[in-house]
Amino acid sequence: MPGHTHDHEHEHRHEHGHDHGSAEDVTLRVKAIEQLLVEKGLLDPAAMEKLIDLYENRIGPRNGAKVVAKAWADPDYRARLLANSPAALAELGFTGMQGEETIVVENTADVHNMVVCTLCSCYPWPTLGLPPSWYKSPPYRSRAVKDPRGVLEEFGVSIPAETEVRVWDSNAELRYLVLPRRPEGTEGLSEDQLAELVTRNSMIGVGLPKSPAEAQS
Amino acid sequence: MNGVHDLGGRDGMGPISFEPAEPVFHEDWERRVFAMHIAMAGGGYMNIDQFRHAIERMPAADYLATSYFEHWLVAVEDGCRTAGLLDEAIATSPVTCFPSHLVEAMVFGGSPARMELDAAPAFAVGAQIRARNIHPAGHTRLPWYVRGQVGCIVAHRGAFVFPDSHAHGLGPDPRHMYSVSFTAEALWGPDARNPRDTVQLELWEPYLEKAGQPS
Repeated sequence: MPGHTHDHEHEHRHEHGHDHGSAEDVTLRVKAIEQLLVEKGLLDPAAMEKLIDLYENRIGPRNGAKVVAKAWADPDYRARLLANSPAALAELGFTGMQGEETIVVENTADVHNMVVCTLCSCYPWPTLGLPPSWYKSPPYRSRAVKDPRGVLEEFGVSIPAETEVRVWDSNAELRYLVLPRRPEGTEGLSEDQLAELVTRNSMIGVGLPKSPAEAQS
Repeated sequence: MNGVHDLGGRDGMGPISFEPAEPVFHEDWERRVFAMHIAMAGGGYMNIDQFRHAIERMPAADYLATSYFEHWLVAVEDGCRTAGLLDEAIATSPVTCFPSHLVEAMVFGGSPARMELDAAPAFAVGAQIRARNIHPAGHTRLPWYVRGQVGCIVAHRGAFVFPDSHAHGLGPDPRHMYSVSFTAEALWGPDARNPRDTVQLELWEPYLEKAGQPS
């Protein structure tokens, strides 16, 4: 019985502190509660399969890369994107859960933007998909606001002292997508070619886009 | 609550560990707990603020020692228990089974937290404000590291669901919300590495007072 499993787990935690939550325990707990909810008619397994497929295969950082490439290639789109991000993202179909109020913030020579959620793991799902583990982890969440330049250095990014590092703590229901600066030597590239240069980390603000040479190698 | 989840500015959490080419999910149970929560939320078993608060109420040592999707599992178990879904008799529960044919509508339609509010906003863009020095026992989205500090309102974003109420079954209780910019010096004093740097976040009106008032 799931209730019994949980009570046992609880006692176990009190006895052993950190020694809990083994992979087998977690797998069993998930299976127990899923089976119970399905048996009670409260959970539709087909809905779960659809959700898994959407977030594993269809909604990810390639969406955001298309947005960035279009903004680089099309000045009118860039202007719309910065003036009303949700409407401009909707033009490309990137709407929905955890992106209802996305704001695109542009990197310039004066400002470098970087995104964190110190309280949990808020992240713009429609454009970037589900967040990577490091983004959700205590080391990143604790340090991004206090030592953003140190964090950026750990990611291999050095920002000039004259440039403001602006950290966006996504503590509410607004979500942030960074529009990185277009790399040099990319004149004449198509939107598809530009999108190949856009990394997930560059859209969180902890990386820079690839150069054409880096994208080739 | 001043939980361990409120991580901004803490020291001692160790280096950031990266995994190149990281998969969306590492284990099958992670897929299942993710989809279970989203589907059950679609059926109304708890709202997003209750979900966050369920994770925040984990014992601090457990929170730090367990993985991200284990936090989700704790919240799913808590939400099901609180909604009475684990009991034998669930006939009276308002929670419904979220059907697969509505998944795309939910995922791509979203669930906006923006609301209408008749009251005028109390603060103007450009105003210097202080984040109130409050320590509520329940859920709040006012991170500890800005409490008592002076910042500048850079935008009024409209009225949004107030998590401090919504997490405790008190309805959406919409309040005006502002984007507020704090300088690194205001937050970290002389330990700020570069005084040019800033942190910007959203603060609901009940979190704010005029900068002249004592905190």
